[in-house]
Amino acid sequence: MSAVAPVRTPHVRASAVAAKKHAPRAGRRRVRSFALGTLGVLASLLWVFPVYWMVLSAFTPAAYLRATTPQFLPLHATAVNFRRVLEGGSFTAALGMSVAITLLTVVLVLAFAFLGALAISRWKFRGRTSFVLAVLFIQMLPAEGLFIAQYKMLSGAHLLDSVIGVTVLYTAAIIPFTIWMLRGFVAGVPAELEEAAMVDGLSRTQAFLRITFPLLAPGLVASGVYAFLQAWNEFTIALVALNSNQTLPLWLRNFLSASANRGVDWGQVMAASTLIAIPVIVFFLFVQGRMTSGLVSGAVKG
Amino acid sequence: MSHDAALGVPAHSGHAAPGGPPDEPPAPRRRRTPAAPYLLLVPALVALVAGLAYPVGKQIVMSVQKFGLEQQFGQAPTFVGLDNFVRVFTDDALWAVVARSIAFCLVNAFLTVVIGFAFALLMRAVATPVRLMLQVCLLLAWAMPMVAGVTVFKWLFDYRTGVVNWLLVQLGFDSFAGYSWLSQPFTFFLVATIIIVWMSVPFVALSMYAGLTAVPEEVLEASRIDGANGRQQFWHILMPMVRPVLSIVLLLQIIWDLRVFAQIRLLQDAGAPVSETNLLGNFIYELGMSRQDFGGAAAVSIFVLLLTVALSWPYVRSLMKEDA
Repeated sequence: MSAVAPVRTPHVRASAVAAKKHAPRAGRRRVRSFALGTLGVLASLLWVFPVYWMVLSAFTPAAYLRATTPQFLPLHATAVNFRRVLEGGSFTAALGMSVAITLLTVVLVLAFAFLGALAISRWKFRGRTSFVLAVLFIQMLPAEGLFIAQYKMLSGAHLLDSVIGVTVLYTAAIIPFTIWMLRGFVAGVPAELEEAAMVDGLSRTQAFLRITFPLLAPGLVASGVYAFLQAWNEFTIALVALNSNQTLPLWLRNFLSASANRGVDWGQVMAASTLIAIPVIVFFLFVQGRMTSGLVSGAVKG
Repeated sequence: MSHDAALGVPAHSGHAAPGGPPDEPPAPRRRRTPAAPYLLLVPALVALVAGLAYPVGKQIVMSVQKFGLEQQFGQAPTFVGLDNFVRVFTDDALWAVVARSIAFCLVNAFLTVVIGFAFALLMRAVATPVRLMLQVCLLLAWAMPMVAGVTVFKWLFDYRTGVVNWLLVQLGFDSFAGYSWLSQPFTFFLVATIIIVWMSVPFVALSMYAGLTAVPEEVLEASRIDGANGRQQFWHILMPMVRPVLSIVLLLQIIWDLRVFAQIRLLQDAGAPVSETNLLGNFIYELGMSRQDFGGAAAVSIFVLLLTVALSWPYVRSLMKEDA
């Protein structure tokens, strides 16, 4: 801890000062901790306000949203905005599209990435390092730098505006990080466990299915949720590859533009946003710890 | 962990390769490379080729082809060498967008990291209930789907009934009554910055907080006994220990903020001057999708990809370190 060394010099002076001004210092510390606590509460409220405002507006009747003075508390809660959004039928169509694309993507990503993660964490083989390196670079490629070519590819294959076309692009975009995430889980289950089971008379397949697979279940769930979030929220590729068959993010954008002509009905727009956000928030809270550590793991471990 | 597993396997290569005879004694020196890992990689490789590698190749081909009026009527594109690159990169419009993107990216990444780090320090300093409140609120903001988040901010900054204008008027800034934030480039980017920072701070704050909690309490205690004050502890103990996390987080923010596209696109819907508010992604989109200049769009895209790969290099290296 050489970093501590430069601190040494003020040592004498600091403790002498502390002895002289002991009482006012304690008081100042209390003031300081109170100020920091207040700052913390204010920062929390500031950051959560947009989320609160979305949900609150969704439950507020249009008349109150148009008033010059905003209502900050749910005094006139109503579900009418939600009913309006759902009764049009276009929301349900977009929901169907989103569910189809998301489910297909999650299944493909999990299956392919799981096999890939097994390969790179259970075997040493020629090309392994290049593969891992390629995977890490690929996950950094922005959709914004590729969507023109992806659009031309899909239009050439007559897959524009289809579930399959978008799924192909989503699967490729999500697999790299998922392989990286699952690799950690697979490596976390020692191969010795499987071997012990095989010594006890299980075949390799049995050992894998009964010992390793259950231990990997949390990793598969976390990766599945990650893939779900990516596919469900995706906007850029959907904007390029879809036209009349819209996913929910695209639908929300059009819903807002369409209502802009006759003065936006923010209550309905916020109800629609809330409907899209709820599954995401629920699932997100579930995996976020894993995502943070996955993204910066190299840095934390040094 | 991964290190152990990777080393553990070659010793048991007899059953690691299901195809090989299980009774063969492992020969560490001249062992056959097993077929199994390659087979396991096939599905992922096929998906990556179909969705990414093929488009990258196609993009390179497109960037040296001409897509003019004839091509819109079904003619095959013609080879034009580097014409697209010359045409696009001698256009001042592109350089204006590049400069704007870089400025936007740096401002946003810097603000995000500073505020995120401040939040992390705050989480360390406050009592547990306040810390939990801050964590939950940050997580909720982080969890918001991007499109829903941008939509809420459009509502907050709505010129007629938005909360922001109402609040500013209450504070005495009467000129903000009915102020249209999204129709001027400067206030447009101000709103875009607020949105991006709001969305990105939670990741930085929680990562940095994780980094800060990894600093052992004993070290800080020892320095306190030695008479270090808060500022000295920060610069001489915390900063050196969290610098790796800090630099990775900053790098990720720069990479992510350079590719901002959707937020700008969604904000432009409200009637912003498109050519003055485009960032790189939006410029490519407009060039390709609206003007059907696929060759030029592909040329700019290749520039963006190369820039990303160059910026990603240190990040990828730090992740490879973990793979050992």
